[in-house]
Amino acid sequence: MWIYEKKLQYPVRVSKCDPQMAKFLMEQYGGADGELAAALRYLNQRYTIPDKVIGLLTDIGTEEFAHLEMIATMVYKLTKDATVEQLEAAGLGAHYAAHDKALFYENAAGVPWTAAYIQAKGDPIADLYEDIAAEEKARATYQWLIDMTDDVDLQDSLRFLREREIVHSLRFREAVEILKEEQDRKKFF
Amino acid sequence: MTNTPQPIDNRFYEMLERLQAVDFVLVELNLYLDTHPNDMQAINQYNEQAEQRWAIAHEFEALYGPLTNFGHSYSGYPWQWNQVPWPWQV
Repeated sequence: MWIYEKKLQYPVRVSKCDPQMAKFLMEQYGGADGELAAALRYLNQRYTIPDKVIGLLTDIGTEEFAHLEMIATMVYKLTKDATVEQLEAAGLGAHYAAHDKALFYENAAGVPWTAAYIQAKGDPIADLYEDIAAEEKARATYQWLIDMTDDVDLQDSLRFLREREIVHSLRFREAVEILKEEQDRKKFF
Repeated sequence: MTNTPQPIDNRFYEMLERLQAVDFVLVELNLYLDTHPNDMQAINQYNEQAEQRWAIAHEFEALYGPLTNFGHSYSGYPWQWNQVPWPWQV
């Protein structure tokens, strides 16, 4: 069961209409290392992961949906006042033809999201390493996105998200250690 | 509660930020405790912050309407849940 909360996890403000930046941000909406992929990856893995790590996957997976909503808010705010000409000039002509200004789960290049982006190996160590890698890749993407805009309001929200990737990666690394300890205990006693 | 929600003013943003701040502390402590379940000090901090969070959320909801659906917040008349603004509209 999930409960919706009518607020963003962290404020999202933008200082200008910028459909070009909105297009780039879609990488974190429907891209391979984006927030949708992250949420679905962790929440799906938790059914077969050892009990000690289920809470962490549930909580990080849930937080990813809050991040997905922040990215959606950025894309929405950056495009809501754009004219069709501005969308076309920003490379969103094809998007407009299919979706108007609706959001869609696609990456910055317009490729639709696919379940092939995420893994579920059933091996807890393999799954957690995948999760750590996903967080590091998302952190790198946020850095590139911060570098691509001069909108200080937008940068502020993106920095928050970049920092969350770092914390998630750290927690997943700790989870690996917890499972290794548990495995060693089973072997020797 | 039969009042319609207050209009979105500076106070809305101030209170929302207070709520986001305490919720951030709670998310951080929650994830930390998921991998450090025996840290008593962190658990105490988590419980204290949860109590504070409850008070801030209630103050916010009394002015601006319910924060959560499915019976986790009360509603005034008329039904307040589906009233604007939604998070991406502020």
